[in-house]
Amino acid sequence: MTHSPDGNGDPLTPQANGSDLPQIVLIGLNHKTAPVEIREKLAFSPEETATALAAFRNSPFIDEAMIISTCNRVEIILAVKDQSRAVETIFSYMGEAKFITPDRLNSFAYVFSGDAAVRHVFRVAASLDSMMIGEPQILGQVKDAFKVSVNAKTTGVIINRLMHKAFSTAKRVRSETGIGGHAVSISYAAVELAKKIFDSLDNKTVLLVGAGEMAELAVEHLIRNASAGNLLVANRTFAAGVALAERFHGQAIRLEEIPEKLKTADIIISSTGSPDFVITRSQVQPIMRLRKNRPLFFIDIAVPRDIDPAINRIANAYVYDIDDLQGVINENLETRQTESVKAERIVDESVIKFIEWLEHLDVVPTIICLRKKLNAIAAAEMSKTMHALNHLSLEDRLAIERMTEAMVKKILHDPALFLKNPGSHRNKSLYLDFARKLFHLDN
Amino acid sequence: MALLHFVIILLYLLSSAGYVYFLFAQKEIFHRLSFAILMAGFAAHTAWIGYESFRLGVIPAQNLHQTLSFAAWCLTGVYLLVKYRFRLNMLGVFAAPLASVIMIAAFFVPEIPTTQNQLFRSLWLVAHIVILFIAEASMALACGTGLLYLIQEHAIKTKSNRFFLKRLPSLEFLDRTGYAFIASGFALLTIGLIAGFIYAQIVWGRFWSWNNKEIWSMITWLIYAALLHERLVAGWRGRRAAIMAIIGFAALLFTFLGVNFLLEGHHDAFTRW
Repeated sequence: MTHSPDGNGDPLTPQANGSDLPQIVLIGLNHKTAPVEIREKLAFSPEETATALAAFRNSPFIDEAMIISTCNRVEIILAVKDQSRAVETIFSYMGEAKFITPDRLNSFAYVFSGDAAVRHVFRVAASLDSMMIGEPQILGQVKDAFKVSVNAKTTGVIINRLMHKAFSTAKRVRSETGIGGHAVSISYAAVELAKKIFDSLDNKTVLLVGAGEMAELAVEHLIRNASAGNLLVANRTFAAGVALAERFHGQAIRLEEIPEKLKTADIIISSTGSPDFVITRSQVQPIMRLRKNRPLFFIDIAVPRDIDPAINRIANAYVYDIDDLQGVINENLETRQTESVKAERIVDESVIKFIEWLEHLDVVPTIICLRKKLNAIAAAEMSKTMHALNHLSLEDRLAIERMTEAMVKKILHDPALFLKNPGSHRNKSLYLDFARKLFHLDN
Repeated sequence: MALLHFVIILLYLLSSAGYVYFLFAQKEIFHRLSFAILMAGFAAHTAWIGYESFRLGVIPAQNLHQTLSFAAWCLTGVYLLVKYRFRLNMLGVFAAPLASVIMIAAFFVPEIPTTQNQLFRSLWLVAHIVILFIAEASMALACGTGLLYLIQEHAIKTKSNRFFLKRLPSLEFLDRTGYAFIASGFALLTIGLIAGFIYAQIVWGRFWSWNNKEIWSMITWLIYAALLHERLVAGWRGRRAAIMAIIGFAALLFTFLGVNFLLEGHHDAFTRW
């Protein structure tokens, strides 16, 4: 970080100074490179993330840092000057905090730098690197991770911009390609179908029969797509039902109450281990009249099935079992493949733009840009003025030209000196970015 | 005038093509383009209707040629109005081609001179004609919405046709929109019929004359009344409501045209050709 002031040299003479160039480095592992046991072991809980970020903030080799940790990936994004020492720092930290030797970590992790790192971040945010390509939760997880890092004050100009670009890229991928718009998992397929039956999922009552993991996932997605809905949980062991209902601010009911509750429920998700049908046609038939034929959507994710498929023949009642939902997913997979080409192109564009910005975020290019801008202004004003001053002799003109040149030089002197050395322990990127914004040097 | 008629048909057809293409390609631009073209067609059509009204001094619904054109104009107008309010893009696939077909039919029906009749210069009659035509346009859109409902319901029930499933709006939305069309159409139908009865009282001295046209109007009105009543009381929603909207529109069409062609009755001038 230390930088000896270069008092004697002309600050306007660009001097290459490699170590000043901030680099983006990414160390990570995901579902493709590491098995679930390793991912579990290396995942950062919120508390661990806070501790790690605090440690990284104090490291002299790390300027900016951010940690994304989900069940499928751990990504540590850094802005550094010295890549090898930064990576070393991370590996030794992981060794201490997670008890994993650098060699072992190395066999599961990947290290990217420069545009490869940027591309990886953009692909992760755009859900192109996900297990289920296009699943939309990852963007929210990345946003949350970014928020945590911002609050921990470990991000600066570079990661801030990197993440904002990642978000806008992800948004573009979602809106311009079909990737984000499709069902990606059973629960998404179910939600998508529910939206084709109900105009909106707001204020709908969801009845959960059986408190399994799959059902829980489906409810989570439903709740994400609806507001002020009502959740009922019916489970064989009442206590488990109460626990799940509490998590989603719902209400637990007993299995015997199901027929009664069918009058008010709109979406029924069933996932019990029962060998027989839990809800039969003869139970639903009379209910439809009492419901004034408001539609009923049954999602049966249990094997063997819980919901009598004959219910699908009742008017305004719809039954989808796990195979039906799988069909929806498979079809979406095909379209997603062709769309991913488009998505990669969008990511490439963003990477090129970001790298261009990053390369300019150095002292030398900034000073050059600044000088160009001032010279251009001076030249333009000179030619305007000289046009009206025809009576001046050639010598006079040259004298005035020299004066403007000198003015530009003098004006630039102090800012250039400052940008070259804003003082030790100060974030140079921040001042460069500020200078570029102040003089409107980008685009 | 034939040229203007031709231009209107062309615009309606272009818009229909755009809507059909939109159904397949799902590119937002095509539906916007179709909407704009339909607007242009409607503007041209409005100019024509306005000119004819001015020229004849009465609502241009005095012979089959004019009646068809006026019906298509009402249909397009109501669709544009509704589209402006709700996100019913897909209904364009129904409305624009229907308007095109009616206009083409009108094109092949020769324009015969209308008999200037003092009978037709009454505010009650103007109200009767205009309100009923708008009611009919509304019922036509209810029928279209009902058709879309049945297609979408079939796609969801059979789990096979993902083409429509992806493109059509939700069942609940279609059901509610169809209901809105029928409720407003029914209100207009009622007002329009009352205006007709009052006019009959003025010119013929009696409200009701057991004419075929009147009887069928009543039958149509009762079908829609039953549909609305059952919906409110017994919850006739979804599939049954959609089928009823289609049956109701069939009855309406018969009252509108069929009675004049197949049965004897007054209003015959209105579809003369």
